Amino acid sequence: MSDQLISTGPEWTFELIQEYDRELARLADRFQLDTYPNQIEIISSEQMMDAYASTGMPLMYNHWSFGKHFLHTQQNYQRGRMGLAYEIVINSNPCIAYLMEENTITMQALVLAHASYGHNSFFKGNYLFRTWTDAESIIDYLLFAKNYITQCEEKYGVEAVEDIIDACHALMNQGVNRYKRPRPLSAEQEKARQDERAEYIQRTLNDIWTTIPKTEKAEEEKETRFPPDPEENLLYFFEKNAPLLETWQRELMRISRKIAQYYYPQRQTQVMNEGWACFWHYHLIHELYNEGKVSDGFMLEFLHAHSSVILQPEFDSPYYSGINPYTLGFSIFMDIRRICDNPTSEDREWFPDIAGSDWLQTVHFAMKNFKDESFILQFLSPKVMRDLRLFTVLDDESKSYLEVDSIHDDLGYKAIRESLASQYNLGNREPNIQVYNVDIRGDRKLTLRHYQHQGRPLGKETDELLKHIHRIWQFDVEIESCEGGVVTQSWECSENKKRKKK
Amino acid sequence: MSMIIDRRLNGKNKSTVNRQRFLERYKKHIKKAVSDAVNKRSITDVVSGSEVTIPNKDLSEPTFRHGQGGHYKQVHPGNKEFTAGDRIKRPPGGGGGSGSGKGQAGNSGDGMDEFSFQINHDEFLEHMFDNLELPNLERKQLEDMMDFKIRQAGYTTAGSPDRLNIIRSLKSAHARRIALSGGNRREIRALKKELREMEVSPEVTDQEKVLALKERIRELNEKLKKLPFIDDFDLKYNNMVKVPSPSNKAVIFCVMDVSGSMTQDIKDMAKRFFILLYLFLQRNYKEIEVVFIRHHTAAKEVDEDDFFYSRETGGTIVSSALEMTRDVINKRFNPADWNIYVAQASDGDNWEGDSSVCTKILSEEIMQKVQYYCYVEITDRAHQNLWREYEGIAGKFPDHFAMQQIKAPSDIYPVFRKLFEKKENA
Repeated sequence: MSDQLISTGPEWTFELIQEYDRELARLADRFQLDTYPNQIEIISSEQMMDAYASTGMPLMYNHWSFGKHFLHTQQNYQRGRMGLAYEIVINSNPCIAYLMEENTITMQALVLAHASYGHNSFFKGNYLFRTWTDAESIIDYLLFAKNYITQCEEKYGVEAVEDIIDACHALMNQGVNRYKRPRPLSAEQEKARQDERAEYIQRTLNDIWTTIPKTEKAEEEKETRFPPDPEENLLYFFEKNAPLLETWQRELMRISRKIAQYYYPQRQTQVMNEGWACFWHYHLIHELYNEGKVSDGFMLEFLHAHSSVILQPEFDSPYYSGINPYTLGFSIFMDIRRICDNPTSEDREWFPDIAGSDWLQTVHFAMKNFKDESFILQFLSPKVMRDLRLFTVLDDESKSYLEVDSIHDDLGYKAIRESLASQYNLGNREPNIQVYNVDIRGDRKLTLRHYQHQGRPLGKETDELLKHIHRIWQFDVEIESCEGGVVTQSWECSENKKRKKK
Repeated sequence: MSMIIDRRLNGKNKSTVNRQRFLERYKKHIKKAVSDAVNKRSITDVVSGSEVTIPNKDLSEPTFRHGQGGHYKQVHPGNKEFTAGDRIKRPPGGGGGSGSGKGQAGNSGDGMDEFSFQINHDEFLEHMFDNLELPNLERKQLEDMMDFKIRQAGYTTAGSPDRLNIIRSLKSAHARRIALSGGNRREIRALKKELREMEVSPEVTDQEKVLALKERIRELNEKLKKLPFIDDFDLKYNNMVKVPSPSNKAVIFCVMDVSGSMTQDIKDMAKRFFILLYLFLQRNYKEIEVVFIRHHTAAKEVDEDDFFYSRETGGTIVSSALEMTRDVINKRFNPADWNIYVAQASDGDNWEGDSSVCTKILSEEIMQKVQYYCYVEITDRAHQNLWREYEGIAGKFPDHFAMQQIKAPSDIYPVFRKLFEKKENA
């Protein structure tokens, strides 16, 4: 049996990686994992830090904030405060996975299974990624963006470009189109459309620019707002409507918007994506073990790594920093399999549809058709809640204490599941901010509205953000925070005074 | 099939540009850290790299976030004893602020308060002497170019045998041989081919023709051999030109009062000042000499140890040191060859009748020869008589004479910066 072992020592070689990849591909095929072709790149730890700094992308435009992240990572890594991730995987076609040269062969195999087959199949299969991102062209587009930004820097100076990019980065989360599928990205077409778009924008800007007085009708139209419907995609709104921006500045905003859009599905599927990848590295490697292809020592190292990845510190642990998405996702997927294979009466009651069904089909169905919020709402079972001993805490600012709202018991399961799901709803996690009105007849003051959710106010950074928005809009900007239609708090940033009123 | 690529050989410094941009952006903070380091560090490690700390709020990348407050539920793992309805004291710093599912990265919750990173030795010096310049450097370079350097400037076809460049010459000989023999070799190749074909062809070979061909080949080979291996024409010589080079030798005169009124503290401050000056000149000149002159009522040229650590007492006659400086310059440092800097440190005391003598020596015999004369008065009292005397000189030689007062160790670096500040219209 031992002569079937793929590897015996801890060292990796290119041949061994290839061998493991071949085996994993064979198994993945058996489990119907449909993937993009894999491109596996071996990199050093310095390169990994570089990759970290540019959000994992193989190429990215230059910006000081990436330098800051790099220094931060470097400092922490060199002092041993943190290890580097074993891998980074990019949603592109071919799917690029980075393996670190420091890893042992066991880790390389784990990472291959996790990234090149787990994440990869998720990128290809999940409906959000299918709808919203273009794996084909992202690298192409980033190249275009990088070149364009470099050109702008040469032409208008680094500082001017950074001013806009700073503001865009701040508003990136508000630069996403939630309801319309974006046009596919293509560097070629982007270039071709640039001129056309530039001209068109400058022409249509007149909406706000026009200074020809409206005479009689002005009085009656006092009530109409601009834009007629509130706009939640702030970057889009500024790109199209900010009065004083140059064409290249609008183009920069567009680039930020496109990149934000590309990351949007990832932000919505963290639990599922990691859970799915963990689920498959767990199964694929076990399958290799069952076939006698890896040794006991290999498995011990693998299990050690696996269990540290899915470690969930408890709420009172000093290491606690929220729920570990790897743990949650992995537990749910594992439990789906259990429910399919060995349903209990509780499962039959909670999951009549999937109890006893074919597990492979069920996990694929779950992977393809959900995002974190709906996935938790649909598949978080009482058993997982019991295993993780979940409980909800009600935080009401009007009370001096916190209250335990529900725990993992019959009365609490549903409530916990709902709160946890809503916790992963991006709409709840990020403040809901919309462009409410522009005073197009007067001083072009921009009014944004924050619609409070669960009575949560805006954070401390709002003033800073307002300055960024002011930099783009270049006229007075105001944010009103309102609850149930009543404005409770507002911030203002205007030409000569920067004040805050309650 | 998967593709496996080894990227380790690719550049690893992809982030260099970003890192530089970051440093550029936070120059202000780095400068502050550097100047703190200069003031606090002991003299020996003043130039090793430094850690720079920037308050987090200054480099925030803000995004719209929820603030504290409101009415919401949060799910946590690891319940041990709670049941529904239990009340818990609100933990300080706002409970449940962390853990919005972001997990892991630790970017939720309070995180770190300060951001710190290392800059290296060169960056440290860069910032330490940023925007400083040596006064009157230009004048020296333009007017007093006495040194010449021999520098290689391409090749020539004529020269003395010792300048012969062998590689170049052989290269060109090789090229010439190829060029001149091309036609003949082509012909030989064609003839040989013909010959081979004749040998293998079944028909009866024409003996005569073979002989003729062989003869022709032999002839051509002869011709080839006659091509000279190397020709006069091929010889290439290194071309050397004389370029004037500005003198890059500098000498610093460290002049210090060691009379009884100078305490060890004051001497320490003076030392720091001299070291800064030395480091700064080191960036501009290849070769630096330091002359230490200390004085009380009489001046003496000493070595570094004596200069800083031996203790003397007695009165103060500054002119003795100035005379000594003048003599050393005249004897050993010709102003045409040397860039001369004088830094004088004192607590400002001088024997009353001596100050006017100082003025005379300075303005008539020293100032014309030096690049820059800087005087620091290290005292926390009011200005002494030497200061008032020197003010007159500063008025006469505004470009070459500067004076500043140092009251506390923290003044040293700022004063140094002020002395060597880049002049707007310099």
